[in-house]
Amino acid sequence: MKRGARLGVGERRSIAIGIGVLAWVVALIWIFPIAWTVLTSFKTEQDAAAQTFHQGLSFGRYSDIAHSIPGTLSLQTAFTNSLVVVVVSTLIVLLLALPAAYALAIRPVRKWRDVLFFFISTKFLPVVASIFPIYVYAEKWNLIGTRTILVVLYIAINLPLAIWMTRSFFMEVPRELIEAAEIDGTSLVNQLRSVILPIAAPGIAATALLCVIFAWNEYFYAIQLNFASGSTMPQWVISNVSTRGNFLAKLSAASIVACLPVVLAGWAAQKRMIRGLSMGALK
Amino acid sequence: MTAAAADVALKGRVGDPFSSAWRRRLPLLPALLYAVAITQLPFIVSIYYSFTNLKDKTQSLIPEPTKFVGIDNYKQIFTDPFFRQAVWTSVQMTVLAVLLSLVFGTAFAILLDRKFLGQGLVRTLLITPFLLMPVVAALIWKQQMFSSLFGILDKILTFLGLSSVQFISAHPLGSIVTVLVWQWTPFMMLIMLAGLQSQPGDILEAANVDGASGLGIFRQLTLPHLRRYLELGALLGSIYIVQAFDPIDVMTGGGPGSTNVPYYVFQDSIGGGFRYGSASAYAIVVVIFAIIIATLALRLLSSLFKDEERA
Repeated sequence: MKRGARLGVGERRSIAIGIGVLAWVVALIWIFPIAWTVLTSFKTEQDAAAQTFHQGLSFGRYSDIAHSIPGTLSLQTAFTNSLVVVVVSTLIVLLLALPAAYALAIRPVRKWRDVLFFFISTKFLPVVASIFPIYVYAEKWNLIGTRTILVVLYIAINLPLAIWMTRSFFMEVPRELIEAAEIDGTSLVNQLRSVILPIAAPGIAATALLCVIFAWNEYFYAIQLNFASGSTMPQWVISNVSTRGNFLAKLSAASIVACLPVVLAGWAAQKRMIRGLSMGALK
Repeated sequence: MTAAAADVALKGRVGDPFSSAWRRRLPLLPALLYAVAITQLPFIVSIYYSFTNLKDKTQSLIPEPTKFVGIDNYKQIFTDPFFRQAVWTSVQMTVLAVLLSLVFGTAFAILLDRKFLGQGLVRTLLITPFLLMPVVAALIWKQQMFSSLFGILDKILTFLGLSSVQFISAHPLGSIVTVLVWQWTPFMMLIMLAGLQSQPGDILEAANVDGASGLGIFRQLTLPHLRRYLELGALLGSIYIVQAFDPIDVMTGGGPGSTNVPYYVFQDSIGGGFRYGSASAYAIVVVIFAIIIATLALRLLSSLFKDEERA
């Protein structure tokens, strides 16, 4: 017998349709601000400001944002900075997190729970608790305005999450396989490469993706420590807000361009993210 | 057993520095050292700063020598009405945003748990706000939704014959909470969806066979099962939302009623005040609050892990 069997067939169907319609209504309301922004990005500035459609839609604003005024932050610079910072920090996070997860899941150290909690607890420590010394020393060592300082900090913000998630994915590797490799005397590096990684790879990819999302979208450290040559995409989006003249359509186009890479990646990996987010704690 | 494994076992017994215990710890060390160096050491330096009158040398015309001021900075905190205001704003902002996004997220997850036409597409649409840059989310709401000049909400109000509302200036906290809820609902929805999908199907079916009503099943079976997921969502959501900075910076720039504690501390320091000494004292007080909350939260997490071991 199936769920809802006590209801008549007709009743069951109308409930199912009702839920479907409700879900669609909710989704359209939730997506509306983004859909509206996409629409605005194809308008002329006059139409965008007046919320009209007199002059039709075009890709004009997208070519506008690609050509910045000399002396201001350009899309190319911001994109390159973001790309470098995100890729380098995520790679180093994985290099640090994978062995750590191994020591927490596969051959656990004694008191592994305390160690795991230490990593999670660094996430609870408010940013303000450590930002001043970091700022003062970054200034002293001439790191303000560089990509290096952002890489260093993004590793720190993503490391707890990465360890937490990879540990949970490592827990799923069958013990027998690891024990067999150990008995054969396989080194740690080879065990990781030939036994553990192939099984945990999808989970590690999901972890990397979340690190990429958080690093790509990060604004606070970027604006506090890197307001000059190393500026990243969030700062570039803000730089399209103008106090003179209409800027809404251009700002919309900039917003779409800045968010698109991460949104596409997130769409592609949504199912794994559900697992990654919940299993990280519950498995 | 091969020779190599026997060798490892032997070394473990002898207890040299490369014994098995250290072999186990070694892969952990790089990550541990990094976390200590970047998060714990600066915190200790912050404690030191909080007892000084340290200011940024490049920001003042007449640099003062840095000296110890004892607990002056701390005394100042408890007489500062703006700080108390910021604490209250922080509490309201976090509680409202976490609760509302949990409620919406759970409701959406229940809708998405059933099969219907375009289910995958609806899920994709719903998670999109969570993937947006927080800065962009705040800009969209500020410029295109709430703005009295270009905002669509104002258009709709006028269309309905209602008077327009200055959303951000009249309701700064509500505006920021709206954006936070809009972005965090999908996150909560994902967690609750994972919870719903992990329900053992046979128990639900048995309840159905026994003639339990849909609402009864939800109250007696689904809700208790979802409890740990609700707790997890609340915990993770509060970690991030309590530190909210981007929407405040973009939407109000810390106007009255929307400055939370992190934003307040920044205004006092690198955001313009450059008083690292007193700002550090604020930060330490924040940390003490955070430790109290985190202890409770970690106790909860720990109980989750114990459940796992028992299972």
